[in-house]
Amino acid sequence: MKRVRYAISDLLVITRRNVLRIYRTPSLLIFSSIQPVMFLLLFNYVFGGSVSNADTGQYINYLLPGILAQTALFGSMQTGVGTAEDISKGAIDRFRSLPMANSAVLGGRTLADGARNIFTVALMFGVGLLLGFRYNDGLFNCLLGLSLMVLFGYAFSWISACVGLLIKESEAVQTASFLFIFPLTFASAVFVPISGMPSWLQVFARNQPVTQVVTAVRALMGGGSLTSIWITLAWIIGIIAVFAPISIYLYRKAT
Amino acid sequence: MSETAILVKNVKKKFGKVVALNGVSIEVEKGKVYGLLGPNGAGKTTLVRILATLLKPDTGKVELDGKSVVNAGPAIRELIGLAGQFAAVDDYLTGRETLEMVARLYHLSRKESRKRAQDIINSLSLAEVADRPAKTYSGGMRRRLDLGAGLVGRPDILLLDEPTTGLDPRTRQELWGLIRNLAKEGRTIMLTTQYLEEADALCNYIAIIDHGKVVRQGTSAQLKSSLGADIVELQVQSKDQAKAKEIMRQVSNTEPRFDEATEALSISSAKASELLLSLAQELKKDRIKPTNLALHRPSLDDVFLAVTGKKTKPRVKASK
Repeated sequence: MKRVRYAISDLLVITRRNVLRIYRTPSLLIFSSIQPVMFLLLFNYVFGGSVSNADTGQYINYLLPGILAQTALFGSMQTGVGTAEDISKGAIDRFRSLPMANSAVLGGRTLADGARNIFTVALMFGVGLLLGFRYNDGLFNCLLGLSLMVLFGYAFSWISACVGLLIKESEAVQTASFLFIFPLTFASAVFVPISGMPSWLQVFARNQPVTQVVTAVRALMGGGSLTSIWITLAWIIGIIAVFAPISIYLYRKAT
Repeated sequence: MSETAILVKNVKKKFGKVVALNGVSIEVEKGKVYGLLGPNGAGKTTLVRILATLLKPDTGKVELDGKSVVNAGPAIRELIGLAGQFAAVDDYLTGRETLEMVARLYHLSRKESRKRAQDIINSLSLAEVADRPAKTYSGGMRRRLDLGAGLVGRPDILLLDEPTTGLDPRTRQELWGLIRNLAKEGRTIMLTTQYLEEADALCNYIAIIDHGKVVRQGTSAQLKSSLGADIVELQVQSKDQAKAKEIMRQVSNTEPRFDEATEALSISSAKASELLLSLAQELKKDRIKPTNLALHRPSLDDVFLAVTGKKTKPRVKASK
């Protein structure tokens, strides 16, 4: 019992540490928010005119859930980058020499990055509204959709933590993360309907998690079949169940 | 018999093909300051990391207060404090926040944590900077804060990995003062250093470590007397080299050492100052003008030369 209480306390202490870092480096927060807003504007005005409204409806209504997923994925990358920095600066050594829970350092980092993701997702949603986005399945479902996005980003934080612990070099972590984040965001229903892709790619695009979460959020905000919500939840739980234990194991072994 | 705080027996550790520790055995009595002296890559940091439960030894026995670092990791972590050469402090937290955070990770209450942090701030003279973010700190202040973080758990055994490397002499002196005070409180301290001077100033007992092996150990006095002697060093223009070497040989009755890199001739002697005087006189007679003529205490290089028969040279540092 005491162990559980200590583990929770450790988790909160480390979460606070990482939130303070985000809070006290506002320039980082500002630029990491401007970037997805820029994506949203660019994609909306560049692709918006060319993509047939017959496939997507009003393009911003199609695009925003996609861009939210992209934002959540890009944001999750920071977990690996930050973990690699903690290794190179010796912070991980310090924590590992303390009588604290092994899960706290990574748990605290993913939670803090999740908090940042809430902020970015909310901001993006606000900008989307200004660009003409409308949800028409009720505010509750809309908030449910935003929460699903944040949870999705949180799950990917654990993948990113693994990458950070394996690569240990913050710039390399960033590059390596793009290697799986770009295919996942572009070969998906994020920007354009899958039906226009070659059939071999459709197989991948249809079944990968980013398409699922985007479809789920579109359904929650615009109405439609809700099966992808359950598939998305399964992905989220599955990813955390696999990658959280692996990264905590890697943390304990980190040298 | 006195109690053993740290016991290291025949420990080996490899990183891939690089042998970091090749059968190290060390025993540290409770309450003593023990110095591991050696160049970069000798294996010092690897040993400290094993003691701090950050690494597991490949073979051998490592015990702190009779508990094995391999099996009793959590218990060991209650026992030790670690401060390292990298001064692992968070730039964006204030010194006070860092200390309170570490105290909370030792599971002190909020109130106790505040008090513990304040105590450390006072004892390490950090009051002036305690409420500023650490990114504004000087190198010396960072080290002090790092040391402070190592003290939060009131450790019986303090592990200091090159606590003063890279600091200016004045700051180093300050840190030495702090470490001496910590030793007076009865803690066992294991510190690593590249500086003979530092080991001499702080440690009751010193082990010289090279290529992952302890090549000599003893008290500071024992080591120094085994090294003998001070060193007279002479540099002349190349045309006078041969002549100068001959004069040196005659004056001292020993064969001078020649360092290719610095083109310096040197002799170690128990009567180095007398030797220096007569050497100066002889050189003057032969109208040889030295570019440098100096007397100095043995450096780590000299120790190595004496103990291992070779010069220290930078090696690839074993991975952290």
